[in-house]
Amino acid sequence: MTFSEQFPIVFQALNVGFAQTLKLFFVTLLGAIPLGLIISFGSMSHFRPLSYFTKIIVWIIRGTPLMIQLLIIYFMPGLVFGNNIWGGDENGRFLAASVGFIFNYACYFSEIYRGGIQGVPKGQEEAGLVLGMTKSQIFFKVTFMQMVKRIVPPMSNEIITLVKDTSLARIISLQEVIWAGQSFMKGNMGIAGVIWPLFFTAVYYLIFSGILTVLLGRLEKKLEYFR
Amino acid sequence: MAILEVQHVSKSFGDTEVLKDISFSLEKGKVLSLIGSSGSGKTTLLRCLNFLERPDGGVIRVNGETLFDADDPETRQESEIRKKRLHFGLVFQSFNLFPQYTALQNVMLAKELLEKEKPDYKARKKEIHAQIEKEARALLDQMGLSDRVDNYPHQLSGGQCQRVAIARALALKPDILCFDEPTSALDPELTGEVLKVIKGLADQETTMVIVTHEMAFARDVSSQVIFMDEGCILEKGTPEQVFEHPSKERTKQFLSRYTQG
Repeated sequence: MTFSEQFPIVFQALNVGFAQTLKLFFVTLLGAIPLGLIISFGSMSHFRPLSYFTKIIVWIIRGTPLMIQLLIIYFMPGLVFGNNIWGGDENGRFLAASVGFIFNYACYFSEIYRGGIQGVPKGQEEAGLVLGMTKSQIFFKVTFMQMVKRIVPPMSNEIITLVKDTSLARIISLQEVIWAGQSFMKGNMGIAGVIWPLFFTAVYYLIFSGILTVLLGRLEKKLEYFR
Repeated sequence: MAILEVQHVSKSFGDTEVLKDISFSLEKGKVLSLIGSSGSGKTTLLRCLNFLERPDGGVIRVNGETLFDADDPETRQESEIRKKRLHFGLVFQSFNLFPQYTALQNVMLAKELLEKEKPDYKARKKEIHAQIEKEARALLDQMGLSDRVDNYPHQLSGGQCQRVAIARALALKPDILCFDEPTSALDPELTGEVLKVIKGLADQETTMVIVTHEMAFARDVSSQVIFMDEGCILEKGTPEQVFEHPSKERTKQFLSRYTQG
């Protein structure tokens, strides 16, 4: 098969793979953005046992490779406890990968949130208090937007990293774009032993992270209306 | 009757006693200035009045109602503090305006949140909102900021920011308005415009407690002056008494530094 015959077939397969990549990307953000906030509250809690517990969890998650975490989450229930809760199909792998990614990214996000919240001057909270606001009104009406403004640059960094980290789900055979590219080495749809589809996956990551860079840059600009 | 009564208030941070047996009272419509060197406890006293710090001992009464009594656990409940704070307004040295809101929004925010808690808010939402906005615009107008209502704090000068902060505090109609060195973060030119506004409030008989290093202003605007030193009230009286005939050596020493310029 010539390259021009291969291309449409490969393109089609890589698109399917990349759809799975995107799904994992968005599910991770959707889960990790709120979960990270909850974890950050935990680590900032004045109740010591809770803040220590949270900090230990964050240390473990950030201190070990995401790849190992995915392997443990996916294989441990079946191979160690004899109860494969994920099932053997693509849906099960996706679910396991989502759990791993959400937890991992929530821990990184929580530290960014913590920095963002603690970076808001103490005077803002005091101003809210003397105006008779409750703690939650102060958080949502005063602190929150100032936190968002502070965290956009470091969050952008993490989000761009996440685009590429989704490829780690390949380790539990999630059929994302790298998996799709690799399939043409082993043999898939009459194409075998070609390496270029695997290399070509880089273009997907590059384009997608380019789009995100522009969007996140716009968000940063939008928040420039206050200082 | 005194609108504000403070009796035997004391406060320590760790081993450091920052307030020792502070007692004074203030009549409605009068202005009290607190003067003294940095670290003498003036700001801590103001923060105690606003419940940003909790005194270790003593009693605070407003309009005869006991807001705080160190010996009465009923008055120390956290849940009640929020309501009690509303008797006082506080203007900070560093303004502490909310940067993401315009001048108008800064003035309106707290009032709206309070109204939202009332049962009939939903039914009369538009009407209430319009009323709050009208009052906020009037306050900003009074502060000489009618052309600045839609500006964000970073677009305003320090003096304008502080005037927005004063309007924000007035919006909740506190019984007693407190100022914590309101002009210390401003250059001399901007100091004047803020002091003028405070003078205007004094002329309208707004009850105020002002911590300041502006001696000429304190003398001009106050009906009562307290000189604090190392957590104690060293001198208390009319501006004439404190500035012209101080009884303590320490007061003379402190005041001489200002009169020498």
